Amino acid sequence: MLVKFNVNGDTVEVDVDPRVSLADCLRDVLHLTGTHLGCEHGVCGACTVIIDEEAVRSCLTLAVQVDGATIVTVEGLSNNDALTPLQAAFRKHHALQCGFCTPGMITTAHALLTEEPDADAERVRDVLSGNICRCTGYVPIVEAVLEARAAYANPDKADAS
Amino acid sequence: MKFPPFEYACPASLADAVTRLSEDDDAMVLAGGQSLMPILAFRLAAPRLLVDLKNVPGLDAIKISAEDVRLGARVRWCDIEKHLGLSVAQPLLAEAISHVAHYQIRNRGTVGGSIALADPAAEMPGVAVTCDAEIALTGKSGERVVPAAEFFLGAMETCLEPDEIITEVRLPPWPSDRRWAFKEFARRRGDFALVGVAVFYDVDANGCAANAHIGVIGVSDRPCRLGSAEQIINGAVLDATVIEAAAEAASNEIEPMEDHHAPADYRCALVKTLLERALTRAMA
Repeated sequence: MLVKFNVNGDTVEVDVDPRVSLADCLRDVLHLTGTHLGCEHGVCGACTVIIDEEAVRSCLTLAVQVDGATIVTVEGLSNNDALTPLQAAFRKHHALQCGFCTPGMITTAHALLTEEPDADAERVRDVLSGNICRCTGYVPIVEAVLEARAAYANPDKADAS
Repeated sequence: MKFPPFEYACPASLADAVTRLSEDDDAMVLAGGQSLMPILAFRLAAPRLLVDLKNVPGLDAIKISAEDVRLGARVRWCDIEKHLGLSVAQPLLAEAISHVAHYQIRNRGTVGGSIALADPAAEMPGVAVTCDAEIALTGKSGERVVPAAEFFLGAMETCLEPDEIITEVRLPPWPSDRRWAFKEFARRRGDFALVGVAVFYDVDANGCAANAHIGVIGVSDRPCRLGSAEQIINGAVLDATVIEAAAEAASNEIEPMEDHHAPADYRCALVKTLLERALTRAMA
């Protein structure tokens, strides 16, 4: 099936079987391998991408379902050489070790802070509870997201593109 | 874990969706997909056709009126969470739904999907049964409305015909002075509950409880009401003694399932504890 959508600012058209998940489409067809696949059944959160401004698990979404949608992956949240405020906060707080879960953490945190720049620690923990990390113990991730809030309260600084 | 092969249809009207379903005896409805996709990934189902409801108009509305509250089948958990009117119009629903799944799932998972899946531990079916909700279905032979108590037939089993689509869940109006509470216990926040209880009652002119509704999820093959506890509450002025008696009766009434998550005794103890907490909260 032909599916057309926008990913990280580019309009793309792909020909995929209905059974192909959005995650596999992003990785295998569009070669956007920043989106990681952990469990492939909606438990680990590593594959989180942003569809029409909402954080969604791309392993539980079919590519054919996103026809016409606007998608942002972790690649779309980088700023070439300069670190974005969210990336800088992750680095400062050592919010990653092996890095496998990080794309899901970044996309989830970005979606959250874009909508709720005043999210408190409890809210951040609640939202990140859908993302599994086996290295950090979560504390530095929560600290990083809390620190990044300031940049999102001022939209100019949070602009990742 | 890749999905098994299937065809995909995305009809633009409810009538077309029903037609597609009725033409293929191996078709399934896709709404948010947050349970269906894992089911496909595990090959617990391998339908020939998925009929996506995303382009069917009118299924995503939340309508609050004096007669009832209507949740369209494609209303998502995040829609309920963000709806300012629902926490007043159906506070028990709003509270129960705050326990459903995790952030990303809540952006996709739907009311109709949860009702159709009929997981015995899911909050939405539990609220529907507790609140005497009605479920509106549309199929080849037209529309019918089924009381929630008759809709759920067993674990993952409902009275839905293969060509029928859930269009709406209708909840009766909620008096503003109604007493209520929802309590559940899950090993991890957002996971399916081991046990959950939903409670409401009204207070009559003499200060006695009336119209008690006590529902439970996670203890049997479907959500159900606990009549013995309701009987104890009805006509009583709630205090610690009444609450303990009701919780004890509830715990004795159920015959919980036993699985690798928890033995039956543990679920009985959970029902007692959670109902005590819920009634205490409702009374406060």
